Parts: sequence; C-alpha cells; structure tokens
Amino acid sequence: MTTTVLPRVTYLNVRHGLASWLLTKDHKRIGIMYLIVVSLAFFLGAIFAAGVRIELTTPQGDFVSADTYNRMFTMHGVFMVFFVLIPVVPAILGNFVMPLMIGAKDVAFPKLNLLSWYVFVLGFSLALVALLSGGVDTGWTFYTPYSSNVSNSNVALVGVAVFITGFSSILTGLNFMVTIHRMRAPGMTWFRLPLFVWALYATSLVMILATPVIAITAGMLALERVFGFGIFDPRLGGDPVLFQHLFWFYSHPAVYIMILPPMGVISEVIACFSRKNVFGYSFVAFSSLAIAIFGFLVWAHHLFVAGISPYSAMVFSFLSFAVAIPSAVKTFNWTATLYQGAIWWRAPLIWVFGFLGLFLVGGLTGLFLASLGLDVHLHDTYFVVAHFHYIMVGGAIMGYFAGLHYWWPKITGRMYSDSLAMLSALLVFVGFNLTFFPQFILGYLGMPRRYHAYSAEFQVLNVLSSAGASILAVGYGLIAVYLLYSLWRGEEAGANPWLATGLEWKTESPPIPENFPETPIVNEGAYEYSKREIKVA
Amino acid sequence: MLSGIPLFPEQASTIAPAVDNLYFFVTAVTAFFALLVVVLVTIFAIKYRDKTGEKVGAPITGSLPLELGWSIIPFFIAMGIFGWATVVFFDLVRAPDQTLEIYSTGKRWMWRFQHLDGQSELNELHVPLGRPVKVIFTSEDVLHSLYVPAFRVKADAIPGRYSSIWFTATRVGEYHLFCAEYCGTRHSGMIGRVVVQEPGEYQAWLSGGGGLSMSARGEQLFQQLGCVGCHLNDGSGRGPSLAGKYGAQETLATGATVNVDDSYIRESILTPQLKLVAGYQPLMPTFQGLVNEEGLMSLIEYIKSLPGARPPATAAQASAAAVPATAPAQGSSPR
Ligand code: HEC
Ligand SMILES: [Cu+2]
Ligand SMILES: [Cu+2]
Repeated sequence: MTTTVLPRVTYLNVRHGLASWLLTKDHKRIGIMYLIVVSLAFFLGAIFAAGVRIELTTPQGDFVSADTYNRMFTMHGVFMVFFVLIPVVPAILGNFVMPLMIGAKDVAFPKLNLLSWYVFVLGFSLALVALLSGGVDTGWTFYTPYSSNVSNSNVALVGVAVFITGFSSILTGLNFMVTIHRMRAPGMTWFRLPLFVWALYATSLVMILATPVIAITAGMLALERVFGFGIFDPRLGGDPVLFQHLFWFYSHPAVYIMILPPMGVISEVIACFSRKNVFGYSFVAFSSLAIAIFGFLVWAHHLFVAGISPYSAMVFSFLSFAVAIPSAVKTFNWTATLYQGAIWWRAPLIWVFGFLGLFLVGGLTGLFLASLGLDVHLHDTYFVVAHFHYIMVGGAIMGYFAGLHYWWPKITGRMYSDSLAMLSALLVFVGFNLTFFPQFILGYLGMPRRYHAYSAEFQVLNVLSSAGASILAVGYGLIAVYLLYSLWRGEEAGANPWLATGLEWKTESPPIPENFPETPIVNEGAYEYSKREIKVA
Repeated sequence: MLSGIPLFPEQASTIAPAVDNLYFFVTAVTAFFALLVVVLVTIFAIKYRDKTGEKVGAPITGSLPLELGWSIIPFFIAMGIFGWATVVFFDLVRAPDQTLEIYSTGKRWMWRFQHLDGQSELNELHVPLGRPVKVIFTSEDVLHSLYVPAFRVKADAIPGRYSSIWFTATRVGEYHLFCAEYCGTRHSGMIGRVVVQEPGEYQAWLSGGGGLSMSARGEQLFQQLGCVGCHLNDGSGRGPSLAGKYGAQETLATGATVNVDDSYIRESILTPQLKLVAGYQPLMPTFQGLVNEEGLMSLIEYIKSLPGARPPATAAQASAAAVPATAPAQGSSPR
C-alpha cells in the first residue's frame, strides 16, 4: 500500500456543506448521519432514565408527579427502544462497514438508504413533537385498553411515529439483504463472509418480516383511538389481549434485531484481538439464523399471566428455553476463540469482555422468566426490568461500543485514547451492575415495575441502583469526551491500526468515497490471522 | 443498617416454598454457567495475553464434538428446568376442588373484595389461615394484575373476563397486595394488604359485617331483573331451569357442549344470543348495562347455590390461565 500523502480525498472531505450531507448517497455518510440522530435519541432517553432514577431514590414519589413519572419512563422506553436500540448497530455500524466488509462500493440501493434515514428522522421528529406536546404515559408497550380508551396523552401521535419509523427498518433490512446477496466482491463466498455480515443478514430477515406487524399494530391502535374501532375494546366486542399478542409478535423478534448485530460485532472484535479464527465459524453463523427464526415463535412468553391457556403457556415456555441454546452456543464459541490466542488487550476487546459479562447475566436470567412457575411471581416486577436491561444495555449497547471503538479509526481516521476507553468500559461495567443487579433482588422481593412510589423496605436497593446509574452516566459521558477529542487531536490511525483481517481494513482510513480504488478479490476466509505475519507499525 | 434490607420475600403460602426451591435451583445452575464462562475468559485473557499485538493465535477453527456437547448438554439442562417449572406452574394455576371463593373487581385504582357472606372490603383482603382460597376477579376498566408476592401468585385482571388466583396461606400476618400491571396515574397507589387470620378470628371478622350474603343479593337481583320470570326451577319457564346447572355440561343449539362455569354464566347474561342452549328460543334479552360486575358475580353465586348445584367438574377450568375469552358481545371471538 502506498504511503498516504496528505491531503487526500476521503468520503469526509470530498464534498463540503450541509447539502452535501443531506443529499448524500454514500453509505458511510449515511451511517454518520444515523450516528448523530441516534446519539441524540440516546441522550434524551438517558435524561428520562435519570429522572426515573432520581424519583426512585425515595419511596414517596416526591420528585415529580405520578403523571410526569409515568411519562418519563414511557418516553425513556420509546426513545431507547425504537430510536436507539433498534437502529444503533445496523443503521450506524452496519451502514458504515458492511459494504466495506464485503468489498462493495455501496449498498444495493443508495437512494433508498438515504430515504430510510429521512423516514427515520421523520418518525423521530414526530416522537419529539409528541414529547413536547405532553408526551405519552402508556409505557412503551402501549397495552390496551388503557392506551386505546383511557390515556389522555399523545398515544396516537406516538403510534404514528412508531409506524413510520418501522418503514425505515424495513427499508434498511431490504437494502442490506439485497446488498449481501448481490454486491459481494469476487471470491467473497457465503462462508468467507465476516460474522458481522451474517448477523446483519439474519437481522434484516427479522426486520423485513416482523416490522410490518408492529406498524400494523401501531396503526390499529391509532385508528382505535381516533375512530373508536373497537378492535381491542371488550365493550365493543374486541379483545384487549389481542393487542399483546400482536405487540409481542413484533417486539420479541425485535429483541433479536437489537442483539444479533452486536453479537456479530463481538465475533469480529474477539477474532481480531485474539489473532485467531472465530471458533466454530459456521455454528456462530447459523446460530444467528436459528435465533432469527425461532425468535418468531416465543412471543407469548410475555403473556403467561395474561389469561392464555396453561397448555399454550407450556408450548411457549418450551420454545423460549429452546431459543436460549443458540445464544449459549455463541457464548461458548467466543470463549473458545480466546483459547490459545495471542490476546492483545486493546479498548475494543475490553468492551467485549464487558459485553460477555453482562450478556451472560442477561441471557441466563431469561431462563428464570421462561420458567412458568417462576414467571408468575416475576412477571411485571423489577426482575424483568433488570433482565432486559442486561440484554439490551449490557448486551446491545456494550456491543455497539465495542464496535464503535473498533471501527472508529476506520470511520474517522483517528485514534482515541486507549486507556480512557478502557476506563470508560470499566466505569460502564461497574456502574451498570450496580444499577441493575439490585433490581433482580427487588424483583424477587416483589417490587412491581412502573411504580412511582413504593414501599419503604425497597429503598436501600433503589438507592444503590440510582447510585450505579450515576456512575454509568459518567462512563457514557467520558466516551463522548475522548471520542470527540480524538477528532481534533487524535493520532492518525492509518489503514489498519489493529492489524485486522477483513476488507474494510484494506482501504484507507477514512475510506475514499468509492471505498476501494479497485474491486478487491477475496481468496480466503474472514479470520485467517494464524496464517499471517503481523508487524505493528 | 444492612439487617434492615430485605433480600428475600416472606414465604406465606403453601406454594411459596415450591417456587423458591425452583428459584434456588435455577440460580445455582445459571450461576455455575456464568462462573464457568467468566473464569475461562479470565484465564484465557491473562494466560494468552500478548502485549506486542504481533503474535498470532493457534490455527484452531473449531471442533464438532465440542459444538455438539455445548448444544446438547445445555439443552437437556434447560429441559430439566422447563419440566420442573411447568409442574410448579400447574400447581399455581390449578385450584383444588374445595376452595373458599372470594370475588374481586379491580378498577382504577382500587381492589374491591366481596366475600360470599356479604362482607366486602377495599384494598384489604382477609383470608383464613390454612384453607385454600380462590379469588375470582375481573376489571371494570383497564388491565390490572392482582399480585401477592408473599404467596408468589399473580394474574392479570382483564375487562370482560374472569381470572383467578388461588393460595393457601401458611402464616398469620399482613402481606403486600400490589397491582402489577400498569394502569395509569396512580398505578403505584393501587396497593393494599392481605390479612391472614386464624380461622376463628376470620369467622368473627366475617360475621362482623352483616349485610346480605352474595347469593342472597344474587337472588334479589334475579327477581328484580326479571330472570325469575323465565327461569323457573322446575323447568316449566321459557328459559331452562338453572338449578343444578353450575358445573354441569350444557349442550348448545350448535351441538357443541360447554362447561357451565363462571365465565359461561357471565356470557349468558351479557350476550345471551352468542351461545344458545339447545331446544330454546333466542328469547333472553341482554342485560348489558343493567347489571354491574358485582351484580354479575352475585348472580353467579346465586345460580351456584341453587339446589342440586354441584362443584365445577374441573376446577382448573375456572383457574386464572384457563378462563376462556368471554368478552361481552364478542361477535368474533379471537380464540
Ligand atoms: C325473556 C326470558 C328470559 C329472561 C328474562 C332471562 N332469561 Fe336467561 N335464558 C332464557 C332462555 C330462553 C335461555 C336459553 C336460550 C339461550 O341460551 O339464550 C336462557 C339461558 C340462560 C342461561 C344459560 C342456561 C343454560 O342452561 O345454559 C343463563 C345462565 C341465564 N339464562 C341466566 C339468566 C339470568 C341471570 C337472567 C336475569 C338477569 C335471565 N337469564 C333472564 C330466557 C330468559
Ligand atoms: Cu420476548
Ligand atoms: Cu395498576
């Protein structure tokens, strides 16, 4: 590779001005535009979380009114789920690196990709409007008949926002799927694909198949509210529980939209920093598909106490146990990948270790909830809150940060401070556990979720949780500081600072607008570290 | 200070120890796997650490026996937990045949409990020690969930349907009663207590209230609403005799049979045309809007008490999870 002579043309400086961004068709720029909007949503969601945690430091419910509290946890959930967790890895990292990883110049439909972003921003703006005009108080689950008949908050508007945002997911999924099928470089066979690409493929499948259901459900809810259709209203012959079936038919698979892409990130990072093939490549790849498919068959595990027949509960419990196996397989494979590696402790790997610790707890506590006899007691308590935060924040967000740290040099061409990055990984890990572990205990004690005020004996554990949340906030804040600082003062990264395999590392950092000077040709698997000579520059 | 932090909920029902044993078992199994992975990752990360970043790892790509092993072994362990948890679950949702029944309605933001003897109470539930109690409930507005952590029982209150929980209290005392399903502004205020009393004390408490028993109130309604004009106990009226019906099987005009349980009676009163009894004309008017949830429960109790009445054929049929959808006026039942 030729030595870089600055200044050179990259995707960042090829054009200037706001319009060059807002009208771009470059997947890399679109990835960055997602990064900005999603970070904003994350910030908003975090503010609401802070409000919730402050309220819960005392049992009385004295910081804000009950109605405000209910709006806070709802808006926290809405922003975090629909505008952060779902797009965070596929739309930011996937958009940026997936075409690079398969040796493509762009995604299959670049204009559609830009449209996805606009649709997303439209949905997000509507959610903001809903927020500014009073917010919603139904919980992010929008259960009927409260949401349809009773709540006097902006349910319909948020329903429309979710409906619209759904199309962004569908379009992105479609785009990714076609890209992975059609745009791979010569020699990039399916079994040479990086596992992140496999994970995105499985995710796209879920996005395309499941998202229409939430869009329809949100639409039905809006119609029910505005025109009184009565689909979910028992007084008009509707069934309120039907809503829960529809809602979870999307929202359980959505959990896999959130966690599969970060799982893919983990495979990339762990292989790179152990300098090894991912152990059991094809098992890891197919477990993504297995999760995507079986993830569709477990939705009613959210309804074990909602009046479904005990026999159907049994079937859904069985399937929920079964879907845990592919995740376990992945975890074992990652562990085995470290065995006899040459493990280079850099920040992205530390984030992966954090992911492993938290995802383990999140996944294993899922077994408690899949257990019928335990779920009766645990359902709708803080145990559930802790469980899904371990999966979604511990798993998905840790995985996202692992990926962001891994590809940051590629995206920006700059290195951040490795030691600060490790420090923030540690802060987030410790803060996270302190925030959410006490909630498992609270849940088994019986503290219901979505409680504005609570019984005094739960206070100590809640105070611990709030204390943890403030550490978590410092950890996240620190990331923003050193990453932004790196843009300005960071060392130049060079094409391949981690000495990683993978096509994205074969082009310059930041990449040139068309990704590769000429189409790369692939003649080996994704992680052939053990075959190569590595020399740190 | 630390002694003041509860880490484990009280066990105050017969089922609570069963749930807790399962909990301990699952905790032990999952802790084992968590530790296994954490220890291995730590050992590998330290042992194989390479500070230069220049070495490469061993050329290992995988191992079929290992893959099979760590798929199949966890699967069987998971199935073990599944089986055990399902057994506990069926104990949780299937009430024994002889229970003390208490009716309840949830509405924003309170629970009203109606004892058969006529006592009723708000946000407080008195129950006797050592006797199986079944609480049959519904909601008058949105979803709620009746939850007693000390008993490890919970079921959602769903408008238009009956749910139930059952338990046998094992310890005298007062326990939390929570609404576990979010229901709007004062969801966290929809709480109360369960008071477990010695049977003698409970009897004394019950008789303190006076008032009409539920079935007597049901009988009054049966007359006031004119049911009695059609439903004569000797079967000579325009409608079928209801005596002895409860718990029996009824043949419908369509040829299908149904169990006459709480939900069926409720449905018969609110949407009589939906399930016509074989051999009868669709004469019965709907009583929707004329009788409230508590009136319905009293009518059911009255019909149960009619001579010849038997206990329900299968108690499980009426238990929380088994209640069939009985939304009033549901022209198109979703299940
Ligand atoms: C105008 C006459 C009439 C009145 C008044 C009436 N019913 Fe009925 N009822 C019928 C007839 C006829 C049937 C059988 C056909 C059907 O299922 O609708 C019936 C069926 C029933 C059944 C189902 C019985 C079975 O054998 O399965 C129940 C329960 C019932 N009625 C309860 C009531 C109650 C409670 C009231 C008062 C609130 C009431 N009915 C008022 C005529 C009446
Ligand atoms: Cu789920
Ligand atoms: Cu409630």
